[in-house]
Amino acid sequence: MSAAEITTPLRSRDAELAERFWHFMSMMREVEDRIERKLYRQGKIVGGVYVGRGQEAIPVGTALVAEAADVLFPSHRDMAVFLIRGVHPRRIFAQYMGRVGGLTRGRDGNMHMGDLRLNIVSIISAMAACVPVAAGAALALKYKGTRNVAFCYFGDGATSRGDWHEGINMAAVLKLPLVLICNNNQYAYSTPLAQQMACANVADRGPAYGIPAEIVDGNDVFAVHAAAQRAVEHARGGLGPYLIECKTFRMTGHSAHDGAAYVPSHLWEEWGKRDPIARLEQTMMDRGWIEAAQLEELRASLRTEVDEAIVWAENSPYPGARELLDNVYEKR
Amino acid sequence: MATTYLEAIRQGLWEEMERDPGVFLIGEDIAVYGGAFRVTAGFLDHFGARRVIDTPIAESAIVGAAIGAGLMGLRPVAEIQFSDFISCAFDQIVNFAAKCRYRWGAGVPMVIRAPSGGGIHGGPFHSQNPEMAFVHTPGLKVVAPATAYDAKGLIKSAIRDNDPVLFFEHKGLYRKVKEDLPAEDYTVPIGKAAVIREGRDMSLITYGAMVHVGLEAAGQLQREGIDMEIVDLRSLLPLDIDAILASARKTSKVLLLHEDTRTGGLGGEIAALISENVFEYLDGPIVRITAPDTPVPFSPPLEEAFLPNVRMVVEKARWLYRY
Repeated sequence: MSAAEITTPLRSRDAELAERFWHFMSMMREVEDRIERKLYRQGKIVGGVYVGRGQEAIPVGTALVAEAADVLFPSHRDMAVFLIRGVHPRRIFAQYMGRVGGLTRGRDGNMHMGDLRLNIVSIISAMAACVPVAAGAALALKYKGTRNVAFCYFGDGATSRGDWHEGINMAAVLKLPLVLICNNNQYAYSTPLAQQMACANVADRGPAYGIPAEIVDGNDVFAVHAAAQRAVEHARGGLGPYLIECKTFRMTGHSAHDGAAYVPSHLWEEWGKRDPIARLEQTMMDRGWIEAAQLEELRASLRTEVDEAIVWAENSPYPGARELLDNVYEKR
Repeated sequence: MATTYLEAIRQGLWEEMERDPGVFLIGEDIAVYGGAFRVTAGFLDHFGARRVIDTPIAESAIVGAAIGAGLMGLRPVAEIQFSDFISCAFDQIVNFAAKCRYRWGAGVPMVIRAPSGGGIHGGPFHSQNPEMAFVHTPGLKVVAPATAYDAKGLIKSAIRDNDPVLFFEHKGLYRKVKEDLPAEDYTVPIGKAAVIREGRDMSLITYGAMVHVGLEAAGQLQREGIDMEIVDLRSLLPLDIDAILASARKTSKVLLLHEDTRTGGLGGEIAALISENVFEYLDGPIVRITAPDTPVPFSPPLEEAFLPNVRMVVEKARWLYRY
């Protein structure tokens, strides 16, 4: 796999799709860079920061396949799912800053957020717990007679938890419309893959549950998108769950406090050459879909939008202590 | 014809499924087999496999699936075959279901039915009373009916509630208690206790199977001239604090009785509530009668010694009466 190689044959209508890929991947990168490398260091982020740098092709390539009524369970490294569903970056900044403008009004931080009107369910920290819950959402979609599906995102670390196995097994037995998306970024906090599992690939587990599983280059957004289409077609067709293992690399520590000294330096170099945004840009220019100067204009426009979003978030107030007791239960 | 506690739960489930097409059942051995205790026998034939779902043996997946379906607007009723196995789903209940509304405004309408309690020689893994692990979790509701009337009324309220409700049904009561139930639809509100026996001399505050132990003890005590009031909590979370305090103010002496083990049991919490709010009304120490801090043993002499009984209540009541 060389740096610029793109595995999926391109068709001409892909130019427009590529521009959408580029927009959401670049916006996610810009927002996360500001959060991790500026705001966190300035003390404006009040808790942990978990970014998906280097993994942007995964949420973008998959979530753009979803229909509005499909239900998405993004992990903390899948910010672009929110952007694609129309969550404005200013609300993400406010969420990270613990302000009322965030999706949880300061009840939770970082990517721990959801909005049922957008069909996005919030993860919890023990991420594998989302697999049975996503199976339940898929069950409901089937129960209601829709042809919609649930997308469940998780990392390689989550695949070691019992919930992951219980949820996939049940979804397979009940033939639920569930698309399982693993961002295998090779590290769970400091634990490398070889200490996470004794099999070579997460996808190797698919046959054990009687479900199709495929491995895809997670840094090739076209390949991820094509795999997601196959998975969704399978699940919508009533054939049950489908597992996609996206091979990628976490180009950051576990969180902003983590320098990740445990990662051998050659891995940073190798994976740095496979950056999904750089590869997409190269493809777009090679195909003559865009020119370097145009990309620079688009980048400048994103930066301006992000500048404004940060100002909005910083002007959003903190929640008052009087809100503390609200919403433990439904108001009667 | 009198309706048993088990039949009352079954009727409540059946009527709610008839009333609301979004109500469905999910659990181990509940469909074809009809449930380990036969609570859902006949449901599969009437409602079909879409609404009565047999699952793999995977409590966390059962509860997780119920949460997901609840988030999507359905009203799942998950059965944990024995409440002892609910610990397998602890993370789903306390971290996922309990916190969704507070964290991001998403209600999880979901009922978890869990047959609990001892007295059937079930041993350490088929006899427990795990309610306090969940009473200590804000965002959940916890109920534990003692009568057929309350079992039916509370299962209906639980299904109609927009927050997650844990329904601990005492397996020792399934076929032991019965009464005539109203023909018409009714519910019992969550969060409301019932004074099931009026009395002057002292209050016994209890729930679940121990309500019946209390009633038998109260009958004996009456013959000795001791008039005991009994408050059946029915709901453990939210607690009916007003009813607890009103009874304590009325009788000035309080006994707390539960089948659950002692340390960290609900009795301690109720004692603190009474002490904080109506201390000046008390004419004696608050007395706890509970199981000891051990696992539930198997062999009959051991289990009998473990479970609180009528004799213990009578002795403690006499002592408190003379205090």
